Amino acid sequence: MSESQYTYHPGRRVFAAEFNDGTHTYSESDEDRSPNFQLLPTGVRANRVLVMGTITEVEDVASDPDTEFLRARLVGPTGTFLVYAGQYQPEAASVLRDLETPSYMAVSGKIRTYEPESEDGEDDDDTTIVSIRPDDFLVEVDADRRDMWIRETAAQTLDRIEGSDSENPLVAKAIDQYGTQPAEYTSCVIDALESLEVE
Amino acid sequence: MSTQASELDTAVDELTEVLDDHVDVDESDIRDELTNLVKEYQVPLDEARRSVINSYTEDTDVDPSDISRGGEDADVLVNDIEKDEEWVNVEVKVDDLWDPRSDSISQVGLVGDDSGRTKFTAFETSDLALLEEGQSYRLENVVSEEYEGDINIKLNSQTEIIELDEDVEIGDNTVTIAGILASIASDSGLIKRCPEEECTYVLSEGRCDVHGPQDEHEFDLRIKGIVDNGVEAHDIIINQEVTEELTGMSLSEAQEIAKDKLEITAVREQFKDDLVGQYLTLQATPYKGNNMINEFEFGVETDDVDSLLVRARSI
Repeated sequence: MSESQYTYHPGRRVFAAEFNDGTHTYSESDEDRSPNFQLLPTGVRANRVLVMGTITEVEDVASDPDTEFLRARLVGPTGTFLVYAGQYQPEAASVLRDLETPSYMAVSGKIRTYEPESEDGEDDDDTTIVSIRPDDFLVEVDADRRDMWIRETAAQTLDRIEGSDSENPLVAKAIDQYGTQPAEYTSCVIDALESLEVE
Repeated sequence: MSTQASELDTAVDELTEVLDDHVDVDESDIRDELTNLVKEYQVPLDEARRSVINSYTEDTDVDPSDISRGGEDADVLVNDIEKDEEWVNVEVKVDDLWDPRSDSISQVGLVGDDSGRTKFTAFETSDLALLEEGQSYRLENVVSEEYEGDINIKLNSQTEIIELDEDVEIGDNTVTIAGILASIASDSGLIKRCPEEECTYVLSEGRCDVHGPQDEHEFDLRIKGIVDNGVEAHDIIINQEVTEELTGMSLSEAQEIAKDKLEITAVREQFKDDLVGQYLTLQATPYKGNNMINEFEFGVETDDVDSLLVRARSI
């Protein structure tokens, strides 16, 4: 199957607990501009994600005062997504700049990983930060839509877990890379669903 | 494959007869032209025939596709027609009639049979009886037309319309697409189409790809976008009628908005604000990699929390 750089890859529905553990990214070809994928711990590749939650704070984290690089914390029942918007996501940045928090938001975008330097300047710990660039959209939603997303994401995460066959190379790779089994992510699905029950 | 002399004779006779109904012809001229193409230039008979018809109708008002091929046309299902300019017979039910966009068109709409639906067009000049919605017909001598990768059928002056007593059932080739509207393409919203008859190209900076720069245009409303269900992304196209329903904005209101904001793109911006990020459940007819939307509902069906919890706890 040939995939051009123009193929629109679906925005995976994934909870923060799984997303933030998916620190391994890769490209399937050496060609210029070939798409990058995040290997999700449930053994599926993600070129983009589509997630919803509550944005609780927005901060300009640019080191240069003349530029703007906004970081938003999008909080859900299983953890927090970091969303970064700069000059290449002008629409999302303008939404974040004037956003009143807290606010239910939906975001679709590409996945980035980076390894922060530790305090003493040495890159010795294994921490990898996974974040979202809101390349497609960042919009306000209501509680009903956010709840619909949680049910949808629960179902799709269960689909991935139930479909994870260790013969599948991506599943095998995920197990090897992260040292976890896809089934372990059942607990974050239960957490997310229980958060809806309480309401 | 060489063409036999007898085949050529038959072709000349037939062609003279059918052309005679439309234009002044001379049998010996037709014979010379056909013979020249077939014998001298080794052009296949079908192509030669077509070329002669085109040369005779070039300076007239006659549409060459109104001139039927001699011999029997095949009975086919509408979605089994693969080629442009194929002469066929179909048995169909009229599913939907639309408002013609041009005075030259007497009727336009959808007909269907077991294989699904296709667009049909009938022209004023053909002077045909009008088809009724819901009625089934045998349509003899209709011609196929390829448009933007899709096959439509055209009725013409050679077409025979026979009402059927039995009801033709239309097969369902619609699909359901449920997901989040993730993007709306730039050529969405209020768009300008080429004003040339039968041309529906979208003008780009006042230019039609086929007809060149245009002073006039016809406004249309549409949404081209992507619906993302988390596992697959689907390209969709929503026509004016469904777009008006979905957005609550009519074509004339869209024109007002564009005028007020002095920007035709204001309409697309409004659609983006209202629709991107929304869950939609859509009924669509697949169309060469795209999906033409017939119906919509906001939201998608999901399992309820209890059954999802039961499922999760059983892993």
